[in-house]
Amino acid sequence: MALAQYKYMDIIHRCFRCGYCKFPQDWADVDNCPAYARHRLESYSNGGRLWLIRAWVTGEIQWSPHLADIVYSCVACKNCEEKCPLSFSDEIINMVVAARNEMVELGLLPPPVKDYLKNVQLHGNPYGLGAKKRGDWAGDLSVEPYADQEYCYFTGSEGAYDTRAQQAARSVAQVLQSAGVSFGVLGNEETDDGNEVDLMGEDGLFELLAEKNIATFKRRGVKKIITLSPHSFNVIKNKYPQQGADVEVYHYTQILADLIGQGRLRAPRLDGACITFHDPCFLGRWNNEYKAPRKVLKAVAGARIAEMQRSGKSALCCGGGAGNYYTDLLGASPDSPARIRVRQARETGADILAVACPNCLTMLEDAVKVEGLESEMAVRDISELFALSAQ
Amino acid sequence: MDSVYRALADIVGEDYVSEQTEELFTYSKDLGTSEPRWPEYVAAPKTADEVSRIVEMANEQKLAVVPLGGGMSLAGLALALRGGITLDLKRMDQILELNEQGRYMVVEAGVSHGKVTSYLHKNAPHLMHSEPGAPPAATIGGNLAIHGQGDLAHPYGFNSDMINGLEVVLPTGEICRMGSCALGNQWYTLRPLPDLSLFMGWSGCTGIITKVSLRLFPCKKIQEQDVFVVENENLVPEILFKLTHVGMAEDLVVVSQEIPPPFNRLHYILINLAGDSREELEFKRQLIFDQNLAKYIQEGTGGIGAAGQDIERPVVSKTSDWRKGGGFEYVGAIVPVGFYPEGFRLGVEISARHEIPYTVLGRVVGCGHSMMFSWTYAFNRADNDTVSHARQALHETDERVLEMGGTLWKPAVFGQKLVMDRMDANTREMMKKVKTLLDPNGIMNPGNWEVA
Repeated sequence: MALAQYKYMDIIHRCFRCGYCKFPQDWADVDNCPAYARHRLESYSNGGRLWLIRAWVTGEIQWSPHLADIVYSCVACKNCEEKCPLSFSDEIINMVVAARNEMVELGLLPPPVKDYLKNVQLHGNPYGLGAKKRGDWAGDLSVEPYADQEYCYFTGSEGAYDTRAQQAARSVAQVLQSAGVSFGVLGNEETDDGNEVDLMGEDGLFELLAEKNIATFKRRGVKKIITLSPHSFNVIKNKYPQQGADVEVYHYTQILADLIGQGRLRAPRLDGACITFHDPCFLGRWNNEYKAPRKVLKAVAGARIAEMQRSGKSALCCGGGAGNYYTDLLGASPDSPARIRVRQARETGADILAVACPNCLTMLEDAVKVEGLESEMAVRDISELFALSAQ
Repeated sequence: MDSVYRALADIVGEDYVSEQTEELFTYSKDLGTSEPRWPEYVAAPKTADEVSRIVEMANEQKLAVVPLGGGMSLAGLALALRGGITLDLKRMDQILELNEQGRYMVVEAGVSHGKVTSYLHKNAPHLMHSEPGAPPAATIGGNLAIHGQGDLAHPYGFNSDMINGLEVVLPTGEICRMGSCALGNQWYTLRPLPDLSLFMGWSGCTGIITKVSLRLFPCKKIQEQDVFVVENENLVPEILFKLTHVGMAEDLVVVSQEIPPPFNRLHYILINLAGDSREELEFKRQLIFDQNLAKYIQEGTGGIGAAGQDIERPVVSKTSDWRKGGGFEYVGAIVPVGFYPEGFRLGVEISARHEIPYTVLGRVVGCGHSMMFSWTYAFNRADNDTVSHARQALHETDERVLEMGGTLWKPAVFGQKLVMDRMDANTREMMKKVKTLLDPNGIMNPGNWEVA
């Protein structure tokens, strides 16, 4: 059965399947597409995926759970869009998301995707935890509710509920406090940012989430937002304005970089440490912000910064994007992107793998454990390094 | 779960084998106009030993085995014409040895040309290999299996001339080495052992290339592209003769294409030069333009189109989007350099008849001993009529090339049959004997190069 309403029918056939989409900027290997790196079969490359989507749309093949897994294995890291030489390159992720829109409409989702969306719908977070507990991450930190402070600190669902990401959420708050930044939090009034819901193809739910957060911003008079997560940063910056939001949004590393420039933030001292930085896709390729986190890390006294061979636009995604940190369609293998990434990080000789995203934090820390590298390399959110000196 | 699937999973691991519709669909098509041909299984081995075990199992089951590299031939040469197992070799992607002084590297055959280029750039920037005019995902092994050629073709010939040794899994599963590596573990030469070059140009019908000793060549510090333009196609062969006499170019390519309009009916002779200093480059440029091509400039029959341009990796895939349609395929022919004018006119004529903007290209291979000439036909993948037109244009071109005395390069099955119909009978019989001897069960990429 052909899907007449598929939005990109006029261009999806234009993918030549030439394979550029798998490479990093320097052509070092064909494994910079996370799904392809994990599976190494053409069906999982973005070229293969687009051809499969088209075949499903035209009725050449039928939907199957395996097809749905392939479509949802794209983590929306945008590596393909960076490398594709054709004029429609900036629509590649949109073409995949449009196929997910169709699967959502038809109720044809992989079970973990269905769980994710159901949890967000019912509880406002993918973990299925109580909405009333959203503000618990702050614990005994004296974080104030947002009133009329300069910034609203938006933690996102990972920072609010994931135990490891909560530590990063707290670190950011501590660092902001130590620098005297005026901020407050929405607490239980915050709901999931919707970035992953949108990428999973659940348009309707995304709109509800965005509307709810935007209404809260307006009701509480929020004008400036600091996010823990690059995913929140991305969606509030690029998608919320279409839903009527009128706020300035910053990723916390941008604020920290600014504070360092103003001399308001005390940098930690880590003598002899070697730090490598993993670019989060939603800060880097999605929003072209590569400098701020590096500026922050360079301020760490006594430490050496070692770039990975693949960094910036070439960074290999941790595999956690588009909800895959939860659905885990790319895990359980030495070829999972998170495990490849920590091996790449270790090749630099770094003993600290610094991240600036709660999804990357949990994905890469788990991978370090599975790789047996715990005694050699620690995964730390950038804020955690600075929280050391803030205490 | 059937026994073949189970056996494949035991060899390569569950993650790298599939009998599911989605993978079979993906591997049933290549990028050109070939009709889909579905394999029954897809497997991605990691080692030559795994390839060997798969081939042994396929012999027992009398099951076809189709090796696949980057899948860039466009001519359907890695489609499963008789079903069976498609072997995606791109997990065999390790760079095993770099011998700088001996100017070679040993690589697994599934490594991409892009990875080799990147590796050399980082680890031995004074060395280079020949990149084909293909996307960087094209693999070293696949390119050899079709007698590829690329930059450096003018001084050094076909890419299949640019090797020092091979490791191959024979159709019966034995792992076999060719060249000095057969005597030990040194990969520096193919000669002077008896010539056993049975694996290049056969598109995987005689075995699966698993390792390659790839010759490397000096990579000069400065690379540039100069362009000489003429309007009269009849002048191209004599200009190429003069250029090959000078012997300075690392690549000599002539292009003519209908789009964009300013290019229409003009012939752009691309001359890639390299030097370790500006003086060296200037000397070469003077020899070429001031001495050898000055006559054409003075006559007004030719002119310098550009000088000192950067050489960029050709983005061949863009051709596929000329008709906003995601597809093109070309006939490649190995022809004498003197064929250019007639080949150009043939391309214009056939393209016009099929309402496809013409694109022709000729690359000098060796010191003018031959030329790879291509006629490219773009199509819209979503419009079957345009696909049919392109396919018909390809077939007509195949036939006309042979009528004109050319030979077809990496032909699709249609062209292979035309070639074998015209082939010297004894040669054809020898092909048959070789194939039968090597592949008694006829499992290797069957349907390709089958002598009736």
